[in-house]
Amino acid sequence: MASLRHERRIAADADTVWSVITRPESIVEWFPGVVSCAIEGSVRTITLATGLEMPEEILVNDALQRRFAYRITSPLYRFHFATIDVIALGEKDSLCVYSTSAEPDTLALLIAGGTVGALEQIKIFAEAREQE
Amino acid sequence: MGRKILFITTDQQRYDTLGVNGGLLSRTPVLDRLAAEGIRYERCQPTSVVCMPSRASMLTGQYPSTHGAWMNGVTLPIDAPSVAECLHDLGYATALIGKAHFEPFMDPFGRFAENALANLGVPTIEEPWFDGRRGVHRGFDYLEFATHGVMGPLHYAKWMRNQHPEALAGFYNVVDGDLNVNAAGGGDTGAPQVKLNDVPREWYHTDWVADRTIGWLKAQSDDTDWFCWMSFPDPHHPWDPPSSERHRVNWHDVPLPVNYPETPTLRESILDEKARHWRAWYDGRVVSNYEAPAKWVPATMTSDQVREVNALNAIEVELIDEAVGRVLSTLDHKGWSSEVDVIFTSDHGELQGDFGLLFKGPYHVDSLMRLPLIWRPAPSTKLEPSVVHAPVSLVSLAATFLSAAGAAAPSWVEGAVLPVSDDDASTRHFESTVTEWDSAFFGVGIHVRSIVTAHYLYTEYLPGTMHDGTEGELYDLQDDPLQRVNRFSDPDLARVRAELSERLRVHAERPGDRATPGVLVAPV
Repeated sequence: MASLRHERRIAADADTVWSVITRPESIVEWFPGVVSCAIEGSVRTITLATGLEMPEEILVNDALQRRFAYRITSPLYRFHFATIDVIALGEKDSLCVYSTSAEPDTLALLIAGGTVGALEQIKIFAEAREQE
Repeated sequence: MGRKILFITTDQQRYDTLGVNGGLLSRTPVLDRLAAEGIRYERCQPTSVVCMPSRASMLTGQYPSTHGAWMNGVTLPIDAPSVAECLHDLGYATALIGKAHFEPFMDPFGRFAENALANLGVPTIEEPWFDGRRGVHRGFDYLEFATHGVMGPLHYAKWMRNQHPEALAGFYNVVDGDLNVNAAGGGDTGAPQVKLNDVPREWYHTDWVADRTIGWLKAQSDDTDWFCWMSFPDPHHPWDPPSSERHRVNWHDVPLPVNYPETPTLRESILDEKARHWRAWYDGRVVSNYEAPAKWVPATMTSDQVREVNALNAIEVELIDEAVGRVLSTLDHKGWSSEVDVIFTSDHGELQGDFGLLFKGPYHVDSLMRLPLIWRPAPSTKLEPSVVHAPVSLVSLAATFLSAAGAAAPSWVEGAVLPVSDDDASTRHFESTVTEWDSAFFGVGIHVRSIVTAHYLYTEYLPGTMHDGTEGELYDLQDDPLQRVNRFSDPDLARVRAELSERLRVHAERPGDRATPGVLVAPV
């Protein structure tokens, strides 16, 4: 199994960053290549720009810890678990950490590669929201 | 008007696969003739021994530590400088047909431009399209992509799926169910990445790349300056050329490579002289490069497998030579032969049995680092044919293209125009070249810097997970052309080592802006 982590320092309050990611359907806005998503209870099914559909189960959406956790349940993966943590560093200063553990390893690398772009978009949205 | 430029690249082709370079397995009369008419380089080095960093260096004229695409799976920044963009701005029509690989292939999100452009179905010969001054992408007006098979969104794969779906099964599955590079064996010997492929030759990607190039060239008018990068995916693995061509080289008759130690004892003793990751890979204890199948152990490779891989490689090289011949004939028919510069090279080499190894990785020896390079300047220049023995680098290509266009290289270009003779090389101090390797792959981090002179190949391993910064390799290329005797610790060469180490330090501290190193976002 491969376990990878990416993080981004964001010039916004932690609550602002959290507001960007806490709505499960908002993934379409900030994860590059996710073109649509459908929510049914705790199941989120995303569709990628390549047409690939991936069902996910949302496991944690904890506003107190500012932790979002989910797993991809597509048979492509033998295992997948991801967390997005928003950590307050100070006023208008946060760290957003996107962690991916998955098997097969190559798929972990691919999905974690996508989180790099996601963090960039989360930063853009959060910092813009902070200015509003 | 500048000169028209045909830039031909192959993927993972060794220096010694061309007849003109002493190769005996494949017949390469077209490239041999091109070399006889132009400048043949005896010691051309890549900036990296894997595709993405090396190809990015061709485009930018920069080392990987400058352009930022430091390993496969790291995207060349979208705003990176591009010699194609310079040529486009000079009024050149610019095309890249075949394998680009400035961005990762594996892309389930469809977010990289090469994949997205191909997925959109633009542009093609039938439907030319570009978005204005900058061209479609990285300065190219025209793009049609191919890679090593029929998977994924690129133009060739889509063409095959649409036009010839019955032939898809003939190709080797480059990756397995886990998306790892496939270790499955095939052919007669069970060699990894080998398959008998029933695809008709004219549908194979080598001929497709030549066909599409010919189509684009035919569409250009006589008074158009153009830069065409024709980029063959072969002879990179998988080795699955059309079965109809297997008669060309019977693997049973193929001699073992001169640098293939035939006994395990000899192989192991040679590998043990080198830095520790060599033997660790051979034994299957470490994989540091995605493109070497993770589930394949080099120590299991048989001599017959080496023969079969070399035979198939030679067939692929012959098909490329013939495809190049067809494209050059098109130039003749257009009446352009005297005004076109033709440059031929490859992005890096292939171990191909040397040291008992296959594929590539952080192993800086001639197998991976000595490349074929031919520059046939437009005959109208009346430059004398020559052979250049001085070390040169692919980092010089961008400046060379611009010189053919009559333009000076911008300040961001790190390589000087290729020398046209040994005298020219001496005058302009072509004395050494540097090859870089950096990788961070599932907990294995390896960082290598090598310098090649006319006499020595010197490598330093920077601190990583496999090396503590004290290891290195030093080979005397004249006494030990196979690089079997590591003289890194030889006191007789202490001064040589110190001088070459100093040159690497100067390279590391060279002036100029550096891009922020990119993030690894895909395996390849």
